[in-house]
Amino acid sequence: MSILVLAEHDNNSIKPATLKAVAAAAQCGGDVHVVVIGSNCGGAADAAAAISGVAKVLVADAAQFADELAENVAAQLVALAGAYTHLLAPATASGKNIMPRVAALLDVQQISEITSIESPDTFVRPIYAGNGMATVQSLDAKKVITVRIASFDPVAASGGTAAREAVTVVAGLGISSFVGRDLAKSDRPELTAAKVVVSGGRGMGSADNFKILEPLADKLGAALGASRAAVDSGFAPNDWQVGQTGKVVAPELYVAIGISGAIQHLAGMKDSKVIVAINKDADAPIFAVADYGLVGDLFQLVPELVGAL
Amino acid sequence: MKILVPVKRVVDYNVKVRVKSDQTGMETANVKMSANPFDEIAIEEAVRLREAGIATEVIAISCGVTACQETLRTALAIGADRAILVETDAELQPLAVAKILKAIADKEGPGLIIAGKQAIDDDSNQTGQMTAALLGWPQATFASKVTIADGKAQVTREVDGGLETLSINLPAVITTDLRLNEPRYATLPNIMKAKKKPFEIIKVADLGVDITPRLKTIKVSEPPKRTAGVMVPDVATLVAKLRSEAKVI
Repeated sequence: MSILVLAEHDNNSIKPATLKAVAAAAQCGGDVHVVVIGSNCGGAADAAAAISGVAKVLVADAAQFADELAENVAAQLVALAGAYTHLLAPATASGKNIMPRVAALLDVQQISEITSIESPDTFVRPIYAGNGMATVQSLDAKKVITVRIASFDPVAASGGTAAREAVTVVAGLGISSFVGRDLAKSDRPELTAAKVVVSGGRGMGSADNFKILEPLADKLGAALGASRAAVDSGFAPNDWQVGQTGKVVAPELYVAIGISGAIQHLAGMKDSKVIVAINKDADAPIFAVADYGLVGDLFQLVPELVGAL
Repeated sequence: MKILVPVKRVVDYNVKVRVKSDQTGMETANVKMSANPFDEIAIEEAVRLREAGIATEVIAISCGVTACQETLRTALAIGADRAILVETDAELQPLAVAKILKAIADKEGPGLIIAGKQAIDDDSNQTGQMTAALLGWPQATFASKVTIADGKAQVTREVDGGLETLSINLPAVITTDLRLNEPRYATLPNIMKAKKKPFEIIKVADLGVDITPRLKTIKVSEPPKRTAGVMVPDVATLVAKLRSEAKVI
């Protein structure tokens, strides 16, 4: 039995989500291989070969893989799938985009966002915004899986000495092209990898008011997040969204500010180790999951908290 | 150009769903059902493209039980021109739905399929991508902006860390993210008009696709419960507890 993990990378380095997908792969049992599909991706391939527990790194290096177009990456992955019992990717925007395409081409029903592995064919995944945990058994010969990264501890990024193998490259499909990218530049940790997350909700009142969270995030070394209500209201960018249809996080400390605690939001953060909630409404549902609750005006309490840290 | 929009009937967004006591699934009897919110965004986008003269017809399609007719009526009230129900009482998993959508797309020849990115019941986030794969079409998932020109769609996508823009050849599949648009409310006159719009019911067996479930649900259990902690009176107490008790700062 061998397992192939699709690496998430920027051609030069491997993204931390990959280390968690490798951890999940190791739990399935069998040899773990990683495939790096990119363009001028030697740096990423080197990093993949150093990941602890990886037996082999496959490299597909060609211009048509430069911008992670789902059509081209999926075609390459399908061409490599024959030798493997399991194909895994982290359930990031990228993995969610590519893997269902791979699954359909292989005539496999994908298992999305697994949170644990019961056996090589049986997995647990959340449904209904995490209000139920479904244990599902795959009847397909091959398993195509995305891994909820908040649910697995990463393997070590170093210590491995995997063999590298350049694979036969599949030609691009030529039906899609990359136009541009507009990524927010930030010195803060990545939301899904941060040890501390400070999130704001509708109670913040405006995009301008969201700025009062910045000094707090600076003090705590935190990533910034937001509830769907805050994103919906235009207070915060969509990629800050924590919840059922946004990102799922499980930091050491989650600070929810002006967030009422809708089910859809709780789905994205209730596995955090310690939750702090600040809200003016003492009856807000967020307090039912918070370890420490503080009732009051956030515009007064947040600066006060910054001062006390 | 025709646009095909799949719409799923799901438990309403505001209902807190519980696990059945025998752990066979979720308690969905007698709860309010609605159209999946991302699918409403998809219908709205398709209707806007028709209103802009880019599309000629918007076809809403749902796969499932007879009651999905209500969901399709909602889509017609928002502005879809006609509806197709592919009727079955069988459990449908995303791969099966994608096969049904491919069969319908082969018949109808749409230039675009706009789907919700994710249904809020099974949270799979697969059907759009799978349908694109089976049709051999390009895909642009998690769309927050769509522009159609010269046989291509330029789509801005919500990705980790920001936005990216792709150009994809038509026909194609686009899946909607939250910020693509804000769906209009169905007005009473439009709800009345929707009742007169063409409505076709097809038996899934007549499509000749394999809808056998590939995932067997062994059980559904309650997620680990989190219990409420303590309320603190002030910032000083909070900081003290985070330092000495929780030891997270």
